[in-house]
Amino acid sequence: MKIRKIILIIFFYFLTFGNSFSIEADIFVQSTVNRASKVLSENLSKKEKIDELKFIAEETVDIKGIGFYTLGSIRKSLDDNQKKRYLKLFREYFLKTFSSRLSEYTNPEIDVYDKEVLSKNYTIVNSVLKGTSERPEVKIDWRIYTKNPENPLIRDLIIEGLSLARTQKEEFASILSSNNNDINALFKTLEEFSNN
Amino acid sequence: MIKKILIIIFTTFTLTLNVSAGSDGDLLLKKNEPSEVKDCFEKINRVTFAFNQTLDGAIFKPVASLYRKLPSPAKNGVSNSLENISHLLTIPNNVLQGDYKQAGINTGRFIINTTLGILGIFDVAQYLGLTNYEKEDYGQSLAKAGVGPGCYIVLPVLGPSTLRDTVASTLNFLGGDPWYNITVGKDTQYFENSDYYISKGTSGVDFRAKNYDSIENLEKNSLDFYASVKSLFLQDRQQKILNSRKIINTQDDSDWEEISQ
Repeated sequence: MKIRKIILIIFFYFLTFGNSFSIEADIFVQSTVNRASKVLSENLSKKEKIDELKFIAEETVDIKGIGFYTLGSIRKSLDDNQKKRYLKLFREYFLKTFSSRLSEYTNPEIDVYDKEVLSKNYTIVNSVLKGTSERPEVKIDWRIYTKNPENPLIRDLIIEGLSLARTQKEEFASILSSNNNDINALFKTLEEFSNN
Repeated sequence: MIKKILIIIFTTFTLTLNVSAGSDGDLLLKKNEPSEVKDCFEKINRVTFAFNQTLDGAIFKPVASLYRKLPSPAKNGVSNSLENISHLLTIPNNVLQGDYKQAGINTGRFIINTTLGILGIFDVAQYLGLTNYEKEDYGQSLAKAGVGPGCYIVLPVLGPSTLRDTVASTLNFLGGDPWYNITVGKDTQYFENSDYYISKGTSGVDFRAKNYDSIENLEKNSLDFYASVKSLFLQDRQQKILNSRKIINTQDDSDWEEISQ
């Protein structure tokens, strides 16, 4: 009887505990966007902004997942050392392009307005980047990986229906195919980009 | 001579591509999948792409930069007018695709915006509930009929295309585009040839200005700018053919799932 009671208490404790820590994908996106907007509107140097944005990206983006996805089928033929090297280079490349792309905006206003749960693992969050006098309104959808509901992660940005992860994947495929699928050629290109 | 070339292109096109009417959504999606579109002329395409980039830097980029500085109402007016003209090509293609309801809506939009909207400067039709305008062309109609895209091509000045879309666009000059017919094709007292070319040039500048930052950003952050533009163009084309964003959003789930396992 006592054991049953303890099990029940533990069960309800975890049920409550689990629920209180799961983060809804749309709330996660809006809070990430707000964090980035705050950094961009603050009176910081460009380098400080880039560092802050990199920090946000490391916390909220599944860089490893995107890295393997963009590598395509060749990832299956890589050994552990090559995978490790690729992930290191991809991380540097990703953070550089991510922060560089965002730091151009001074005060982007993004409103999250809807979400669509695709499966247990994926939710698409719909948002809109408000237009300015120089650019029209842009629809941005976020592919959120929700396998761990306590720690959702961004896996793709779909801008006006165009997937950035997919574009990246096809860019890498082009580099590989023009170099006889030699992974070292991709390593070299990533290295050169990050060092410039 | 031109007629002969067109016949040869058309014959080659129909013989080399698998034409099958009545494709369902999945088949359309598969046929127009960007990674499946072959870059048969990559070397020539890359040279043409480099030429277009030089042209962009010399003409389109500086003009677009100035155009961006115009007040928003002026830019919106230009965009709306160009969009209004594009209805003339969209409506016959709505009919060809069997989308008669949309053909009716777009005809209504065109009449209202040309009259009440003062030659399309104001999009009055949207306030009357005639919204959600999507451009259609002969390339999209052929795709809907089951024609595959063929090889990827970069055209001088005009930019990325596919073999199917390039052949289809010749229909515009063979009587398929009412705007071309009344400006260049036939000698009317209301329009000059230049009206057509000015509208096309302005469309290019308007597009460049709207995407100014995105293009700059993409070029700066691309490892292979040619490949990025190709991917974005083919994704956009696939989306326009399907008239749906939803399919594009979800279609890669299997690729992602493999990673999560």
